[in-house]
Amino acid sequence: MAVRKTRLPKPYRVQQLDATIRRGRTVHETNLMHEARKLGVPVPAIQHIDPEISSFVMDYVDGPTLKEELYVVSPETRRKQCDLLGRTVALIHEGGIVHGDLTISNVLCGDGKLFLIDFGLGDFSNELEDRGVDLLLLSRAMKSTHTKFHEEIFAAFLHGYSATVGKRLGVETVTKMREIEKRGRYFDRA
Amino acid sequence: MYCLGIESTAHTFGASVVTEQGQILSDVRDAYVSAPGTGIHPREAAEHHSVVAEGVVSSALGNAGVKASQLDGVAIALGPGLGPCLRVGATVARSIASFFHTPLIPVNHAIGHIEIGTLTTGANDPLVVLVSGGHTAIAAFSGGKWRIFGETEDITLGNLYDMFAREINLPSPAGPEIEKLAAKSENFISLPYVVKGNDVSYSGLLTASLARLKAGSSLEDVCYSMQEVSCSMLAEAVERSLAYTRKKEILLTGGVAANRTLQKKLSDVAGLHDATPHVVNQAYTGDCGPQIAWTGMLALRSGVTIAIAESRVKPRWRLEDVDIVWRRQAS
Repeated sequence: MAVRKTRLPKPYRVQQLDATIRRGRTVHETNLMHEARKLGVPVPAIQHIDPEISSFVMDYVDGPTLKEELYVVSPETRRKQCDLLGRTVALIHEGGIVHGDLTISNVLCGDGKLFLIDFGLGDFSNELEDRGVDLLLLSRAMKSTHTKFHEEIFAAFLHGYSATVGKRLGVETVTKMREIEKRGRYFDRA
Repeated sequence: MYCLGIESTAHTFGASVVTEQGQILSDVRDAYVSAPGTGIHPREAAEHHSVVAEGVVSSALGNAGVKASQLDGVAIALGPGLGPCLRVGATVARSIASFFHTPLIPVNHAIGHIEIGTLTTGANDPLVVLVSGGHTAIAAFSGGKWRIFGETEDITLGNLYDMFAREINLPSPAGPEIEKLAAKSENFISLPYVVKGNDVSYSGLLTASLARLKAGSSLEDVCYSMQEVSCSMLAEAVERSLAYTRKKEILLTGGVAANRTLQKKLSDVAGLHDATPHVVNQAYTGDCGPQIAWTGMLALRSGVTIAIAESRVKPRWRLEDVDIVWRRQAS
């Protein structure tokens, strides 16, 4: 089974800007997915790319998003899944890739694995700053969706993440995440 | 019931009286105007506020035909904002509340922008896009609070326009002037477009826009391109948040909500997702008393008041830290 992802023109962007963004992101996303797969990270395999229509075809992953799954599974399973997500994200970071749009909607649960999708805003980067942004986006997505247990699942994520990248780098990345968060508006900087 | 609201978070000192039904009986404002090429000087703005405060509050009561002794509550914007400015409004509000034994109601200025937006548009459960000098945030109501789904990672959309304007000697707030200049061009210059998930970042766009200007591009072309890129970035972040939250309404509110390019782009986003676009009534885009008075009325009806001794200003009061006890979760 396959699925096609096509970036449609957006009426809210002038044509010149829109064309550049759509084509650029299509090429970039498929590149990143290919490299992430080479690192051994579960990512749908690319079958075909059509840059001129900002479109590509990839394997279909049969399963819910992690966002959906977290609503229905037991507390134990949701901790286990988020720990696994930490290990998965750590693998791309260690391989020099940042996702750029890391949310629990961009993670598919299938085949006992967690597949990362939607790399369109990602990048090749080893910068702590970019890794911190990934963690911040994920933390915010958890907080805004699963208001009752977001702390617990993010802690589980960090556990898995640190277990893979090592305790020191784990702490450094979280510290950077908090720093980026406080750059936002109206956080007490104390 | 009558509630007096006092706004003094930044350049505007405003006062307003509203009724329990949401009628705005008065809306009086006096804004500190900075010299062209400069921004708000907090101390000077605070001095301005202390000079105009008595007249603005008296007129707000007079225009409403309400005596101070008839008030059921005095609402004050305790933050977020500039400390010296906040303290002027807070002092005035505390005096009235203390003298007439009227409950004092703490209001978060950003929540004020949201509530005046829902009051004037009838939006029920919107994805809120709050754009002003102090905010560029995308929020939705969940679990008793307005949760931030996306925001700027550095400067706000209002900052972008104001800081750009300052360099070319325009007065702030500069949004309307930049919009006028932008309308004279359709020549798009490539500028950095930075969206990170549901977040945006405008600092690189500011630097690049100023650099293009120095390199000889026309002011109109740069204004047009900067406005296109900045509003499209936010529109994309809003589209992502809309897809994520599945809300069926968008509410654009805050000072920069007056920008027609932004209004058009968000209306386009709404169209893509079968959502209804709302824009706060033009009269209440900028900072004003009614946003504080009406939010105060909602809070008062739910029993939210604050003791004078505890009514310290909170210059960095995040909107997502406020418990919204008066709003029910849409099912």
